Amino acid sequence: MSASQVLFDAPGPKARRNNVIISIVAVLLLLGAIAWIVFKFAEAGQFEASKWSPFSYTDIQGVLLKGLGSTLLAAALGTVFAMLIGVIFAVGRLSTKRWISLPTTIVLEFFRGLPVLLLMFGVYYLGSGKVSPLVAVVTGLALYNGMVIAEIIRAGVLALPKGQGEAATAVGLTRGQTLRTILLPQAFRSMLPTIIAQVVVLLKDSALGYLVTYQELLYAINNIGRDYQNLLPAFIVGAAIFILINLLVAAFAKWLERRLSRSPKKIK
Amino acid sequence: MRFTKKAGVFGATALAAALALTACGQSGSPNGGNASAGPSPEYKVASDVKLDSSPTWTKANKAGKLVIGVKFDQPGLGNKKAGADKPEGFDIEIAKSVAAGLGFKPEQIEFKETVSKNREPFLQNGTVDLVVATYTINDARKKVVDFAGPYYIAGQDLLVKKDSTITGPDDLKGKKVCSVDGSTPAQRITEKYPDAQLVTYDTYSKCVDNLNSGSVDAVTTDDAILRGYAAQSSGALKVVGKPFSQEPYGIGLAKGDTALRTAINDSLEKLESDGTWKKAFEYTLGSSEGITIPKPDRY
Amino acid sequence: MDAITSNLGLFASGFWGTIVLSFFTMVGSLIFGTVLAAMRVSPTPVLRAAATTYVNVVRNTPLTLVLFFCAFGLPYLQISFGNTTDQVSFNYAVLALTAYTSCFVCEAIRSGIATVPLGQAEAARSIGLTFTQSLRFIILPQGIRTVVPPLASVIIAMVKNTSIASGFNNKELISAMNGVIELRGDQVPLILAGTAIAYLILSIGLGQIFGLIERKVRIAR
Repeated sequence: MSASQVLFDAPGPKARRNNVIISIVAVLLLLGAIAWIVFKFAEAGQFEASKWSPFSYTDIQGVLLKGLGSTLLAAALGTVFAMLIGVIFAVGRLSTKRWISLPTTIVLEFFRGLPVLLLMFGVYYLGSGKVSPLVAVVTGLALYNGMVIAEIIRAGVLALPKGQGEAATAVGLTRGQTLRTILLPQAFRSMLPTIIAQVVVLLKDSALGYLVTYQELLYAINNIGRDYQNLLPAFIVGAAIFILINLLVAAFAKWLERRLSRSPKKIK
Repeated sequence: MRFTKKAGVFGATALAAALALTACGQSGSPNGGNASAGPSPEYKVASDVKLDSSPTWTKANKAGKLVIGVKFDQPGLGNKKAGADKPEGFDIEIAKSVAAGLGFKPEQIEFKETVSKNREPFLQNGTVDLVVATYTINDARKKVVDFAGPYYIAGQDLLVKKDSTITGPDDLKGKKVCSVDGSTPAQRITEKYPDAQLVTYDTYSKCVDNLNSGSVDAVTTDDAILRGYAAQSSGALKVVGKPFSQEPYGIGLAKGDTALRTAINDSLEKLESDGTWKKAFEYTLGSSEGITIPKPDRY
Repeated sequence: MDAITSNLGLFASGFWGTIVLSFFTMVGSLIFGTVLAAMRVSPTPVLRAAATTYVNVVRNTPLTLVLFFCAFGLPYLQISFGNTTDQVSFNYAVLALTAYTSCFVCEAIRSGIATVPLGQAEAARSIGLTFTQSLRFIILPQGIRTVVPPLASVIIAMVKNTSIASGFNNKELISAMNGVIELRGDQVPLILAGTAIAYLILSIGLGQIFGLIERKVRIAR
């Protein structure tokens, strides 16, 4: 039984009737709103065939696919580096030596406090010409999200029962061994849903790549919108693709979570 | 867990729909609005060029390709259309003709996208050999790069709907005018025409969309850029034609490469005298009526 | 240095712009996010479904696209508030940022509700409190305490997200930075550093404030 079902009694006949009425009213309102939006857009000429027909051409679909490929590439590289940075900085902050944990904390707070957009601009302008747009995008994504993931992992380690670390020390493991073999794997597993949510954030932020001329999905969308004067339809198509990809990532995460929780290694 | 299943089903359905769409797609590419009619101008590739005193040319000659920085998002000037593998526009034609004058065939040119903010750095560190990207010659920039040209005198102008009553910048009082965030044209409106309501986005195409939908009354930037959008609109939009600034477009090159600059100016001069300039202009931006072809400034 | 000092006014107004945009978005998304969370745990299936769908769709859309649909879609529906274009754009940005941030606020609160022991809700029900009453008097006041840290990161992320509104006619830090770079292309590193410091002041300052709040509510437990 989930918490939500505890908050209210099982509905009786009256509540059920009310629910039905509310449902009908809500659905009608929703349909009405959709109809109104469609009507208004149609009135403004946004549903003219000329605005949507470009998407039925294989060349344009190819452009979208290519853009999507670049988006996924940037997101994948960003995720890999963000994970690396995340683990390194989490370990750094967990270190008992102050000369390690202090600088780590400062660097972490620095990059965590800046907008991804500014990080991308920074890498792109400062390394202008020497670094490709892809590097600017991946660096921006990895630095920011890496710091966030570091904090997530650290929180995961801190949330583990104290006995885990103590037992490891008792059997003679060094601090590094304890972290690597005992604490980090458990923290990683318990924090997986949060980490995946951050990966979705990373994937979405890759959409800012067009501002530093990285030719990802939104760059393609902007191009199509400019060339066929169908900015709004193009953005609707773009949003649909992004939502679909992110839902698939979320579904994958749930699957992974279930698989991991089935794993026999779970200690209770 | 219930949601997972739903998401999965939803995802599968959408994916299937996308596949179905791809499967029955029309092959090829839709025709977007384009000013050009007729065949593209051809430029005679010079065969006996020897510019050993120019480090840029020597490097490019050895590599067998010339890297030119251009815009990818300015219709009519430098625009890489969705699905195209090469950009097109007036800047591109100028770039091709100049390259031809330097002995490089069209297939030996590599076009690299530059945005306004990285043109100087790209030239300084040799990422590109030349920049032909709506690049206004001014004294601040002359301190860090050299300019050949100008090949076109642009001016800040207004793009309006074809039945608009706006005839110049003085009509902007109380009107909504759109430009790109932080750009020089936007800053000029704030300073000189504070009675206008300025709207800024990150791209000009968003401005043009706002103009089409009636959310703004005018779009402002260099007339050459506006001409590109007007040409694309098949008559729905027009350029007012009263420029209120002077933006001589030049070809940017590394500071101090005088030999290269002279060679480019020579080929620009030839281009302008033998009528190819006009052909290139009309091929990309439409009618060249009333447009004066500038003489290169050999400073 | 003169690129910063001679354009201090521009940076100051950009800084203020970011603060105002963040403030209204924070208020809006805290309210709407709570409403969404309440809907997601409510007894009415339709409300639950509506809130779930909303959160899953908007949360998975890049913020640039959400901003785009507000700034470019709503005018077609003749929905706009404000007299000047700046006001209209500002309101669109607050709306878009609120719509987006609310999803994260909702999820944070929902996980907070889940940490309240089951007995609390059962006890509330057994003394005859309705759904709204038990949520308002029993569950939320307790849940909100565990919610402060995740809520703090949602709000700080939102403040940084306001940078994306620069592309949609909003005068804030990034648009100030773009304007100054256009004027002084020779001092880009310095201008970037100045902008970065402004953001750090905001995010670290906010972090401190939330830390204080967290300690306050923790004592009360």
